[in-house]
Amino acid sequence: GTYGIAQTVRELSVISHSQITRLYSRFHSLDKGENGALSREDFQRIPELAINPLGDRIINAFFPEGEDQVNFRGFMRTLAHFRPVEDNEKNKDPNSGEPLNSRNNKLLFAFRLYDLDRDDKISRDELLQVLRMMVGVNISDEQLGSIADRTIQEADTNGDMSISFSEFIKVLEKVDVEQKMSIRFLH
Amino acid sequence: MTARTRFCGGLLRISRALRTVALSLVTGCVFSVHASFGAVHGDNDTSHSSGHGTHTKTHNTTYPATRAFPVLTVNYDHVRKPFEISLWILLASLMKLGFHYIPRVSSVVPESCVLIVVGLLVGGLIRLLGETLPVLDTQLFFLCLLPPIILDAGYFLPTRPFTENLGTILVFAVVGTVWNSFFIGVVLYGVCQIEGEQLAAVDLLACLLFGSIASAVDPVAVLAVFEEIHINELLHILVFGESLLNDAVTVVLYHLFEEFASEGQVTVVDACLGMVCFFVVAFGGILVGTVFGLVAAVTSRFTAHSRVIEPLFVFLYSYMAYLSAEVFHLSGIMALIACGVVMRPYVEANISHKSYTTVKNVLKMWSSVSETLIFIFLGVSTVAGPHSWNWAFVIITIFLCLISRVMGVVGLTFIINKFRMVKLTGKDQFIVAYGGLRGAIAFSLAFLLPSDHFPMKNMFLTAIITLIFFTVFVQGMTIRPLVDLLAVKKKKQTKFTINEEIHSQFINHMLSGIENVCGHYGHHHWRDKLSRFNKYYVKKWLIAGERSQEPQLISFYNKLELKQALLVAESGSAANIGPGLSSASQRLSQKQRTVMKNISKEREEEIRKILRANLQKTRQRLHSYNRHTLVLEEEDEWSTVQLRRQRVELEKRVRLKNKTHYTTLTLYYTHLYHTPTHYTSRTHYTTHTIILHTL
Repeated sequence: GTYGIAQTVRELSVISHSQITRLYSRFHSLDKGENGALSREDFQRIPELAINPLGDRIINAFFPEGEDQVNFRGFMRTLAHFRPVEDNEKNKDPNSGEPLNSRNNKLLFAFRLYDLDRDDKISRDELLQVLRMMVGVNISDEQLGSIADRTIQEADTNGDMSISFSEFIKVLEKVDVEQKMSIRFLH
Repeated sequence: MTARTRFCGGLLRISRALRTVALSLVTGCVFSVHASFGAVHGDNDTSHSSGHGTHTKTHNTTYPATRAFPVLTVNYDHVRKPFEISLWILLASLMKLGFHYIPRVSSVVPESCVLIVVGLLVGGLIRLLGETLPVLDTQLFFLCLLPPIILDAGYFLPTRPFTENLGTILVFAVVGTVWNSFFIGVVLYGVCQIEGEQLAAVDLLACLLFGSIASAVDPVAVLAVFEEIHINELLHILVFGESLLNDAVTVVLYHLFEEFASEGQVTVVDACLGMVCFFVVAFGGILVGTVFGLVAAVTSRFTAHSRVIEPLFVFLYSYMAYLSAEVFHLSGIMALIACGVVMRPYVEANISHKSYTTVKNVLKMWSSVSETLIFIFLGVSTVAGPHSWNWAFVIITIFLCLISRVMGVVGLTFIINKFRMVKLTGKDQFIVAYGGLRGAIAFSLAFLLPSDHFPMKNMFLTAIITLIFFTVFVQGMTIRPLVDLLAVKKKKQTKFTINEEIHSQFINHMLSGIENVCGHYGHHHWRDKLSRFNKYYVKKWLIAGERSQEPQLISFYNKLELKQALLVAESGSAANIGPGLSSASQRLSQKQRTVMKNISKEREEEIRKILRANLQKTRQRLHSYNRHTLVLEEEDEWSTVQLRRQRVELEKRVRLKNKTHYTTLTLYYTHLYHTPTHYTSRTHYTTHTIILHTL
């Protein structure tokens, strides 16, 4: 609704004009059907994305719940997560909540790529799926299973044999997420 | 009462340390004095004869035939050179030892300062005794002392932060050094002209040459100081990377100005050729290093049957890369770095664990000794070298170096920050500027100057030495309190966790995907492409056997499990003292308990399988050590039989008492860990105590 649009405009107003133009032209070049919105097939046509182990999940991240089309606003909104973090932004407007490219929101985006069933925790199966995708077909299931077990054991603090979002943040506290999850293009 | 005893104890310790230091100093000097005396005598003798054959002949002719057979003879002459070298290295090592017994000093003064002071003392002592002082021979420095340090740095270079900040490092190294050279050279020339008198003889090209020598940040000095302050990774890699990469610039500028200074005039064509030369030197060095690195990787693929000489290949190929680059006046340092970086992932996948440890330890040992020797010789050369002190020149030099460094860093950071994602703050800039230490490379280059073209060589040398002393002593000593004062971020203690590894890889894949969606060929895109090229084409040729198919995650996981097993085995064996299982399990650390309690029978079997697969490889390779192990074969078997017997016994008891499985696990780990090497007393002890305490 209108709240959503106002929110997005506020979020996107921080992106510079040249960036918006570049992203729009990219959006346009991907949109083969010329209907102002991208479908999953449009994304799948990108060559390198097909060989990326997380390709499908990334594509899904662009589409909101249950929809098959994403317009330019949605496209921008997803990409806004990857803007580099700037110090002076933090003090800009305390009422608008955390900007999309804050450390927490970046980590939340990554978390959501693991957690497909949206139950706010990464279960052993979800972890196994991701490991299988990243490691390829040569490794046995048992070995992957022990890796997954060890991973969960390392991160799990409340004993529920799965990784919640706060545990996820905790294990990555030493990793420089602000730099790792930013694209200079969107500066 | 306790204060007094503590004071006495401290005094005793200090006096003991001083006694060791003094003794070693005196021994070293006495020997070197004797050595030089022997040299004098030896010279006289060699005029009569040369070698053993003729020696006996002169004996027969000069001495009467009734001379008794000499039971004890002294012939120092023919071991003189190796003896002196060993003595110097021994002195350096003893200094390193003694340094840590003087606690107050080692926390305030960086090691490099103490070593220079020791060098000064030794030099003074030798001069007092009236002998000739050994000077830091440029040949010795560049061919023997510098390569180990650079190889150590290059082999263990943290590639990830290096490549992420490569642009910044290159800008500082290339543009920064060029700026420094020209600024110092030109302003110094102006000052010389204004000053007049003897300084007016110094022409522009000589000043520029001096500027290029004085502007190079020295990797040895930077390493020596920065290693002790544990600064955060970014700053460390910036300053250190700059000190490594500016070698190419220094080499080019030095040869350029030296050439022009002897010619007398410069044309535009020459200047352009100079720039082309820079690219040739830099990329040529990197190319030479890469070629040797690849050859080393290929060689390591076939070393499965002679594991003993594996480390030798690493050292030889790297050294040859350095020497080959030096033949063509390319940048030897960059060749060495490139060789180490290229070689490392493939060689490490191929060589055995023991060879890897050997390589690591030998490199650290060598580079440590080299560094110590360099600083000591720097001190000795200061006492030795012909000096020509000129107040104005020296003071202006130091002043200019500081100013130009600050201006360079601030100016360049302003430009660089426009392109960086994580900006460099003022504090960062200060540390980068302050950390620009000069060292032995500058001294050697100044020493190398031909004195016929450069009549003011002594003045240059004195100024360079003063500059080095200033940066190492003043900046080196004050950087630690300044780092604390400015609250600069220190190095984070990194624990290798499987979570970080998995999630980091996950994020990398995610970012490459997003970059592809944006149509942006950024950092992640190229890194992805490189790793895919590496996986499909390069690894097949360079890594032996099935390790070439192993994904990075799996090798990481295996290493982690191995480390943990060793950890458990080591502390498990220590905890197995005392009656009863329950008290021993209480004594285990909390961490181990959390690790152990969640292991189900299946998991335990899992881990055992993985460990067995990895550790057994080590054991299999050991059987090829036939030349050097004496009775290891049958002893190996004995211990296996023994342990198996004891393990069966133990498992019976454990099953009876219905306790956890951790003892079998510990025992198994102990067995696998201890059997090949620490076999006799340790395994005896551990097996006996394990049996004892389960009774």
